[in-house]
Amino acid sequence: MNSVWWASEDFWRKMAVWLTAVMTVVLILLTFDTVKQITAGSERVPAYSAINHRIYYRFDSSRNMQVPVIGDSAPLFGTSLSEEDAEALVSKGKLTTQAKNCMNCHTLLGNGAYYAPDLTKAWLDPAWGSEAAREQLMVNFLLDPHTNARGYGTGRKMPNLGITEEEAHGVVAFLKWMSTIDTNGFPRNFTPISQEGDR
Amino acid sequence: MNAGIQESSNLTGGQKLAVKYYTVAVVLFVAQILFGLLSGLKYLQPDFLYEVLDFNVTRMVHINAMIVWMLFGFMGAIYWLVEEESETELVGLKLGNLAFWVLTSAVTVVVLVYLFVQVGPAEMSTIWFIGEGREYIEAPRWADIGIVICLLVFMYNIAATFMKGKWSGISGVLVLDLVALAGLYVAGMYYTPNISMDQYWWWWVVHLWVEATWEVLVGCIMAWGLIKTLGANRKIVTTWLYIEVALMLGAGILGLGHHYFWIGTPEYWLGIGGFFSALEPVPLVAMVVHAVYDSGVHGSKNSNHPALAWLIAHAFGNFFGGGVWGFMHTLPQINLYTHGTQWTTSHGHLAFFGAYATINIAMFYIALQRWRGNVYMSAGLPGNGWKWKWALSLLCTGVVGMTMALLVSGYEQAFVERALGGSTWAAYFEAQRGTWYVQGMYWRQIFGYVTAAGLVLLIWDLLTIGLREKRSMVVPTDHVVVTA
Repeated sequence: MNSVWWASEDFWRKMAVWLTAVMTVVLILLTFDTVKQITAGSERVPAYSAINHRIYYRFDSSRNMQVPVIGDSAPLFGTSLSEEDAEALVSKGKLTTQAKNCMNCHTLLGNGAYYAPDLTKAWLDPAWGSEAAREQLMVNFLLDPHTNARGYGTGRKMPNLGITEEEAHGVVAFLKWMSTIDTNGFPRNFTPISQEGDR
Repeated sequence: MNAGIQESSNLTGGQKLAVKYYTVAVVLFVAQILFGLLSGLKYLQPDFLYEVLDFNVTRMVHINAMIVWMLFGFMGAIYWLVEEESETELVGLKLGNLAFWVLTSAVTVVVLVYLFVQVGPAEMSTIWFIGEGREYIEAPRWADIGIVICLLVFMYNIAATFMKGKWSGISGVLVLDLVALAGLYVAGMYYTPNISMDQYWWWWVVHLWVEATWEVLVGCIMAWGLIKTLGANRKIVTTWLYIEVALMLGAGILGLGHHYFWIGTPEYWLGIGGFFSALEPVPLVAMVVHAVYDSGVHGSKNSNHPALAWLIAHAFGNFFGGGVWGFMHTLPQINLYTHGTQWTTSHGHLAFFGAYATINIAMFYIALQRWRGNVYMSAGLPGNGWKWKWALSLLCTGVVGMTMALLVSGYEQAFVERALGGSTWAAYFEAQRGTWYVQGMYWRQIFGYVTAAGLVLLIWDLLTIGLREKRSMVVPTDHVVVTA
């Protein structure tokens, strides 16, 4: 039956073992590099204190994509935070998004459910109107999504999830920080809110 | 052996345990479809059960019930085959039963908390006791630990039984795969404020389960199923299994990279992920060839028509759902526009059904045949086997219909929201209001009802097939039909 080596059981057993082993080793090596590059405080995934700054996008012609830029000082809720306090606030917001199960309606970095809009660039969305009113509008929306509903004629409304003021501030900080992540140009052609100092 | 009636004395210890797993699997399958229908309905009637059972809850139960019923199905399948394959009795039957009840109780508590508590404050206690809020692995941490312990007990039971009895190619692959399956789940038990890091490890569980270890697992079940139903030659089947493992893990492990395009991870993943995930359909083609070839050389003479039909549905469903639908949007140049749209839903529906629901259903039929006394289940069943044939047709039509409808919505969304609208919230909602998008959602719901009808019929057939059947099973042989 095993007249040819490439159809033999033995050959494919070895192939299965070797290919799996080699690919696993390659994945582990790449993981070491990737984890270094996505640790908060790196070039691609900035430090949490980036929330003390204005965030905007610049088209990078060499990469042919928009990249986030951390600009001048623009503290969130008027207070500049230390690295530890910024991390604590962003963490509160991230934990809120998990505790309220946001990901089963929204997408974050494009992952999640598709019943509600992507949150990757929520901080920079033109829907907030003006840069000055944005953070308060976001907090108001999270605290009272009924009064501040934004369904754009689809009839879909965010439910009231019992988010506290502290949690709402955390979520806004988390969303602002998420908008600084270099997502290789995703989503393509995103049109940000117009901000002072845009270029 | 008493034929034509359901008797547990027809089963071995491991098989009785398998039947328990299968029972829970079917209950959860019903829950999956029910909560899927509710979730789909919310796109059409957003006020339906608003702030009672919101979309985030119904959708979470929909996808979790799916993951868990498939896992219960796989565990059942392995308990079913382990004693025959190892030619000895299960070493830890009591322990296996205990783990089954612990796991089933844990799943029940988790679902009740999902439905009645739903969300919690932004504290680690919510992560530990209510839910982790991370798609697919929402189960709270206490349940995660329970799942890993139950998987370890399961792994011990299977590995130790093979060690006591006899090893084979299939069992070797199976046990190694179970080690990876249990180990990978641990990568999901992790909290970090860093969303990029979070999603990096989250995909280790989600991708490396469903696109690697689960695929290998169903490869093993398929190999055993073909031997069982067709009497396929073990050496040929085992060689095919090795080919599939080599190609599946050769492509699938680094194919993980297609989830690392846009989450903050470095640009080299665009090339690596694109290249290796484009190769992921290859082993699925191998599976189709293998299943169809084996059926052909046996002239489709087999011991269990419904089971073989579902095995063939698995081969094609896995190839189209996982392979073709995955490939369609896996290259980064396309995925940039389709990532996070209904394209993914379209792919998800066909892939999970095609790759995993089908093979579990095939195994249900193999189990029922023996449970009812090795009864006849080949051609010429009462009523020409209309129930299983209609159940198969309705389930396949329902899922393929949903897949097509969601794809239309997905195309519209990718064009209107992403390509034209600049991906703002206003563009998102413009796409959601679009006529073609809305039509897609209506058709998805209609085909959802077709799927539900198929499931009702399937359960009716599972409860009745082979009862009062006095003919005995056609014994498959390794006889190859030679045509001139």
